[in-house]
Parts: sequence; structure tokens; C-alpha cells
Amino acid sequence: MPRTTVMDPSDLRRAVTRIAHEIVEHNHGLEGVALIGLQTGGVPLAHRLHEALLSIEGEEVPVGTLDVAFYRDDIGLRPVLPEEVTEIPFDLTGLVVVLVDDVLYTGRTVRAALNALNDYGRPRAVQLAVMVDRGHRQLPIRPDYVGKNLPTRFDEQVDVSDGGVVIGDVVAGLDR
Amino acid sequence: MKHLLSIADLGADGIEEVLRLTDKFVEVSGRSIPKVPALRGKTVVSLFYEDSTRTRLSFETAAKRLSADTMTFSVSSSSVNKGESLRDTVETIEAMGIDAVVVRHRSSGVPWRVASWVDASVINAGDGWHEHPTQALLDSYTIRSRRGRLDGLRIAIVGDVKHSRVARSDVLAFTALGAEVVLVAPPTLLPPSLEGWPVTVSHQLDGLLASVDVIYLLRLQRERMTEALIPSLREYRAMYGLTAARVGCLRPDTLVMHPGPMNRGVEIDAEAAEDRRSVITAQVANGVAVRMAVLYLLLGSGVDLVGAAEPVGAVAVAAS
Repeated sequence: MPRTTVMDPSDLRRAVTRIAHEIVEHNHGLEGVALIGLQTGGVPLAHRLHEALLSIEGEEVPVGTLDVAFYRDDIGLRPVLPEEVTEIPFDLTGLVVVLVDDVLYTGRTVRAALNALNDYGRPRAVQLAVMVDRGHRQLPIRPDYVGKNLPTRFDEQVDVSDGGVVIGDVVAGLDR
Repeated sequence: MKHLLSIADLGADGIEEVLRLTDKFVEVSGRSIPKVPALRGKTVVSLFYEDSTRTRLSFETAAKRLSADTMTFSVSSSSVNKGESLRDTVETIEAMGIDAVVVRHRSSGVPWRVASWVDASVINAGDGWHEHPTQALLDSYTIRSRRGRLDGLRIAIVGDVKHSRVARSDVLAFTALGAEVVLVAPPTLLPPSLEGWPVTVSHQLDGLLASVDVIYLLRLQRERMTEALIPSLREYRAMYGLTAARVGCLRPDTLVMHPGPMNRGVEIDAEAAEDRRSVITAQVANGVAVRMAVLYLLLGSGVDLVGAAEPVGAVAVAAS
């Protein structure tokens, strides 16, 4: 199956900049805002957003990472192992947490992340930023900031990297 | 992988995988709410036919931090006192619907028998003189977290090797990870044959002190001794005890370890146990995280440890 590039690196950069502006606008500045990247795809995006926010507002927002493996609802249904570290070196209580992920699909990862966040404190609000919203939600979850809305078939795969966003390659067994 | 009966079941790759996962659970244990929902709805039974403080509490804490339910079976207050056999006891417990049994028994091989009777996962928490795999995993983890690796380290295991299941599992784990192991004991406290053990033997502790990276003291298991194997406790301490004077001969970066419970003033002096080189309390703390990793791998991960170096779920998780 052919692989199609739907966003090139420049598109990606512009989308990051736009989302950063939206975060500032939506929250009337960056007071009390923190970014949490979901492992693994959301982490580089969280760092890029951090850079963009720094150049827009001249303010450093705290950045953490979260691996949600132990909170997933499909433990026991398929192999689930944590891939990377969870590192949240600040108290979330009272903060506005912007969860950052590369692709929003069924919503189950975000559901797991919301559960996990509770174990680190009680944020004042949680917002969701994703580079690609590919549809097929199985839970009532919607993003606050979207790089691109991308209608897909359930058996397609969407890859986000510094090289852009690519769609293609049927992935077997994606029945979630 | 369904059961953890022997360190040999894991192999070097499996041990590495457990240690890698343990890092994640150390992070979980450091949180203000050190609990994850990974094993909700699972039931873990501890079936202890021998006394234990740290192993049983460590397993139960680990299970609770994974949100599993725990049941404790202690022989002293059970129908074993009415003559119920091991098999009947195990089958009764399994009929209540359980997912894992943590077994300790004074006879070697019992966990294998239990595993042949039940559908649940069986974890060996010590069988007679034979094996204690989770202890070896937490010891390996403790050494790795302090020294970065085990490969190339020289580890002395000192004392009552003959009766020690810890020593057997540790030898398997440490050598699998590339360490060199020296057993230090009087001939009466060594197994009758060491054929096939990947170790060297010394009957002399003093000459080794300056050359080892880890000194691992074993508990003198007087409850298992049926004959006079040592002349006296005082003479044992004089020859093999880690006294304050001997601690002074160790290098500054040598680790002092003991599986507990300690016979202070016999195999280890109080000064040695409290020396800054001692990682004995770190062993206990790491024990919980290691057991969380083992329980998660057996009950939750869906990963077959053999060949686990490539996590099957990685791609799918990243894509969702």
C-alpha cells in the first residue's frame, strides 16, 4: 500500500506554532500551564511546543513525560509493556495540564492518561493537544488543539515524526 | 511465560527484561500515590509453609500497588493443622478463583508440584535449599542500580552456602549477567558437590576482601542444621563474619549485602550492616519493585519473556 505524506516538515512546524499560539490565547498567557508528552510519540511534540511557547511568550513552561502502559484498559487482551520513562518533576495540583500526543485515534490512550494524571495530583484543568486527529473515537474524548484533522480508515497507520506526517501501511490486528 | 520457578527459566535476556521493567516500578513506588491499576481484578495468594517477614510482605505490597487483591494463607492458623494435604489445600484455594500463587515451602521442588496442579501462575518464593528467584532478581537489580552493571564484577558469596536457596539463585543470576562469583565458606557449609557450578571456591575470607566488588553475606541457617557443621558461632564469626575490622579492608565502592534476616554478631556485625557500603535496606526497598515487575510480567503484560527483548506491543501502543 502506498505511503502518502500529508504534512511535510514545514507544515508540521507551522502547526506547532499555531497550536502554541492557541494555547497562549486560550489560557490568557502561560500562568500555571504545564505540558505533558505522552510516551512515546507525544514527547518530541511536547518539547517542540515548549520551544514555540518560549519564543512567543518568553516563558518556560514545565514539561513532563507520561507512559500510560499500567493504566491501559487492554492489559490482558494484548501485550502491554511500558516503553519509556514517566517523569513529572513538578506537582500538578492547581496547574492547567496540556496533554500532548502525536495521533488521536480511539481515545483510549488519553483515557488512560487522565487516570494516570490523578495519581500525580489534581490539575485545575486538563487540555489535549494532538498533531493528527484521525477519527474513530471509541470514547467521549475530543482534542482542544489539533494540528490536522485527517479522515482515515481504521486499518491505516498514521506516523508522525520530524520528517512530517505520513499515512499508509495497513497494520494487522488493529481492532481496538 | 506463566510461572517463575527458577532463575534458569528466565535466562540472561529474561533477567534483563525484569530489571528493565523494575525501573518503571521504582518510579511508581516513588510517587505520592504509589499505585497503578494494572492488575485490577486479579487475585494473588501467598501460600507460606515457612516463616517469612520480608518476602511475604514484599509480595503483598507489590500486588496491592498493582491493584490486585491479595489473600494470605498461613499454615499456623489453617486446616493444615487438621491434616489437610498440600494438594488439597492448593486445590481448595484455586477453587476460589485466583490468578497467582506465591509459594514458600521447606521442601525443594514444591512450587513445581503446585504448578502441575493449578491453572494459576506460580511464583517460587523459596523452596527448601533450592531456589529463591525473586531474591536473586532484587539482588541483581540492587547491584546494577549501584554499580551500573554486573558484567565483569567480582562477587563473593560468604557463609552457609549449603543450606542457602538464595546462594543458588544468586549464582545463576549473577553469572548469567556476566559477574564472577567466589563462594567463601568452610567445607562443611558447602554443598557436597559443586560440579557444574560456574564459581570458584575459597575457604579464606581475609585474602579476598580487597578484590571484591560485592560481598554477600548469607544467614547461618541454624534451623536447617541437623549436625554440628561449625565448631562454634564465635569461631565462625572469627573466620567468616564481616566484622568491623574486615569492613575496613573493603574498597570504598564495594557493596555489602545480606538477604535478611541478619544474625548480627554472627555472619555480620552491626557496624558492618550500618556501614555506608551496606545496601541491605536498599535490597528490601527494591524487592517490592522487582516483585511488581514479576507479577506484572506474569499476570498483566501478555508478554512471553522468552524473546521479550522485542516488546510485541510497542508498535501498536505508539500508533494509538
